[in-house]
Amino acid sequence: MNSLRRFVDKIKPNFEKGGKFAALQSTFEAFETFLFVPNHVTQKGSHIRDAMDMKRTMIVVVLALVPAVLMGMWNAGYQNALAFGLERTVPGNFWFGFLKVFPIIVVSYVVGLGIEFMFAQIRRHEVSEGYLVSGILVPLVIPVDTPLWMVAVATVFAVIIGKEVFGGVGMNILNPALTARAFLFFAYPTFMSGDKVWIEGLIKGEGIVDGFSGATALGQAAVNEPQILNTTGEVMTGMDMFLGIIPGSIGETSMLAILIGAVFLIYTGVGSWKIILSVFAGGTIMGLILNAFGGNALMEIPFWQHLMLGGFAFGAVFMATDPVSAAQTERGKWIYGFLIGLLAIIIRVLNPAFPEGVMLAILLMNVFAPLIDHYVIESHIKKRLKRVKISTNT
Amino acid sequence: MSIKNMTYKVILSEWQLIRLAGTLKIPIFVKRFLQTKKISMSKVIKIKKGLDIKLKGAAEKIISNVQPASTYAVKPTDFPGIVPKLAARPGDKVKAGSILFFDKLRPEVKFASPVSGEVKAVNRGERRKILEIVVDADGKNEYEEFGAADPVKLDREQIVMKIQDAGLWPCIRQRPYAVIARSQTEPKAIFISGFDTAPLAPDMDFVVKGNNSAFQTGINALNKLTRGEVHLSLQADNPAADVFTRASGVSLHYFKGPHPAGNPGVQIHHIDPVNKDEVVWYIQPQEVIMIGRLFEKGIYDATRVIAVTGSEVKKPRYFRVLGGASIEPYVMDNVNPGELRYISGNALTGSRISKIGYLGFYDGQLTVLPEGNYYEMFGWMAPGFKKLSVSRSFPSWLMPGREYKVDTNLKGGERPFVQTGEYEKVLPMNIYPMHLLKAILVDDIEKMEQLGIYEVAEEDFALCEFVCPSKIEIQSIIRQGIDLMIKELE
Repeated sequence: MNSLRRFVDKIKPNFEKGGKFAALQSTFEAFETFLFVPNHVTQKGSHIRDAMDMKRTMIVVVLALVPAVLMGMWNAGYQNALAFGLERTVPGNFWFGFLKVFPIIVVSYVVGLGIEFMFAQIRRHEVSEGYLVSGILVPLVIPVDTPLWMVAVATVFAVIIGKEVFGGVGMNILNPALTARAFLFFAYPTFMSGDKVWIEGLIKGEGIVDGFSGATALGQAAVNEPQILNTTGEVMTGMDMFLGIIPGSIGETSMLAILIGAVFLIYTGVGSWKIILSVFAGGTIMGLILNAFGGNALMEIPFWQHLMLGGFAFGAVFMATDPVSAAQTERGKWIYGFLIGLLAIIIRVLNPAFPEGVMLAILLMNVFAPLIDHYVIESHIKKRLKRVKISTNT
Repeated sequence: MSIKNMTYKVILSEWQLIRLAGTLKIPIFVKRFLQTKKISMSKVIKIKKGLDIKLKGAAEKIISNVQPASTYAVKPTDFPGIVPKLAARPGDKVKAGSILFFDKLRPEVKFASPVSGEVKAVNRGERRKILEIVVDADGKNEYEEFGAADPVKLDREQIVMKIQDAGLWPCIRQRPYAVIARSQTEPKAIFISGFDTAPLAPDMDFVVKGNNSAFQTGINALNKLTRGEVHLSLQADNPAADVFTRASGVSLHYFKGPHPAGNPGVQIHHIDPVNKDEVVWYIQPQEVIMIGRLFEKGIYDATRVIAVTGSEVKKPRYFRVLGGASIEPYVMDNVNPGELRYISGNALTGSRISKIGYLGFYDGQLTVLPEGNYYEMFGWMAPGFKKLSVSRSFPSWLMPGREYKVDTNLKGGERPFVQTGEYEKVLPMNIYPMHLLKAILVDDIEKMEQLGIYEVAEEDFALCEFVCPSKIEIQSIIRQGIDLMIKELE
């Protein structure tokens, strides 16, 4: 450890102003602070500080995502095995999925962080940690068969248009990971929706087991199938949905894995429980309303199953809670989350062309979050003014 | 026995029972119980948001005597918003109470030497800004004579003049702006916080002990300065010193809850908040006593009791000192080796001084902490069993009673605002902290006003700064906003 520190100290002057590699200063700093918490001491104000910093905040979210990543990798292998009638062990399935998913993660991080480093250098800022989370979120919300170049293009779009043009981390309006997802959804719809994209190898279409269908639950309901079946033609149970052994984007299928992450986020206080809870509340209420009407297969999906399908839980726990793009007032968070839940179910049910209701609902509410905050603040100001009137009357 | 007690409860009212307990010599714990009963009958203001930071090195309740400091200083930097103009030059002989400098903008606000001796130096910083006026003590303890008087018999004008002439006016501060009170405006109330909840804060009850008469005289003087009330806030959980509880002419309030419950700003907010065009004043108990002494003895006696605290102090305890004293005699041979930070005041709001630096005008505490200028490998990823954090991402929250040794490392890099909802948890005021800060950063005066800039001071936001994961210098931003308000509106 000391020898590493000595090495870093030795090469440090090269990266400082006037040094050989001064153009890489931000990059150097990023790696240095990754290895070592810097020796900066408090200058003004409070002499002591809480040990929590942005890196730790971000790493907590990444840790919360680990169950979803692992489950997603295994499910990718499992679904593939089902589709091709292969016999594979659990580690075998996981390894297959790992080989498919890991490159996507690598591409997302390399491209995203590369752009971040570049912008940090241009602005002469420290590299922000925001992409540590976005970099893992992007792979988890896309189908496993997405070509790597598409991941790269989407990442470039999301980081530059979604974040850097607004001034970087903390200034963006839209959730960057969802921006990437939305970009892919509208730019390459054939790779992002349909029956074939969710399972590795289905697009090529050779050697698939007879009667196998890669359609998602929402996809089946959208075409008014009388019963929602799983890939092998049996009725899809609530337990299938809960465990996540259904086709879908890499990280979004397993309610169980997401709930583990949610518990971790809420417990550490990094994710807002108010948003998570209110998204589920909004979804439940809209689901109940639609159930009451009934009429087609989508409307008749029981409300509690709605919460486990189509990335609803994943969006609620990991996307809606992004503090930068969410509402920033505590009361605003309730409204923001509730409307996301409500809209997500409305969009996916009433417009079956968009089973991506959750993504669209969150992006839409990202745009409206500042407006919600504005009205919360206005009502706060009004209350404060009322206080003045009361005190002058008495 | 138990039946007998029951009958008492039925027959006697609670008040009668308390009086009975006073006359009968009953054990102390019963008295305590009855006293808490008594408090619960008056209204207790419960503060829910906030944070008690438990650091190592709380002062033991002993007042130590050491050879007093040989140099003293008054620091214009302790008083935001003033422009110092010197009234004494190096080489001048001064007594305790002689004016060293005054405020150019308000010449009636004068600043006095706490000790008799010779002006040694005027230390200046960048652009010749005056940092400290240093006085060498001669050990004679001579005082300027201002004449004793009973404040009850004086009118407001005379009291203001007397306090100003003796250089004690800076003790009285005002909200809005948290600056020295403007004597021309009459405040709607005056607030005194009878307890301090900051990290390692001195026990105010211990500090004021035995000053009953001076405190009362001070209160009498303050009562002449406002037609409103003089509010004294005490902690609901501990029976307060009789200096406070027996004082007359004050309305008592009881607070319960974590830091910053002891901040005057928080107490004002909950008792009688400051609205636009309103002014309240506030003053600390030891300063009330100093004003009391002025009226009783006719002198500027800057004696106060300070707590010397912090994990790096060998024997943390109390000292009786003169305000503005060099801290040298109190830390010499009393601190651990290593690179240290000396803080006049508490760890959240105090100002950094050298090891031979001087106590700040308002500070009743000295904190010594280890400097944190080291690298820590993967510190942000490691579990961090010994780290102090409100976040549960550190396992240390599992040990609630633990006292921490915390150094001055920033513990991360500065970032834009990202995380939300953290400040709200430690600010017990009806204020949206992040939106107020953002209004200040864009110089939006109207929004600042609407969002409560008049009610706040840096110290109220110190905990926000402490918990901020983006390491933003929040206290500086608040002062920046206040400065802008003063510039635009006065």
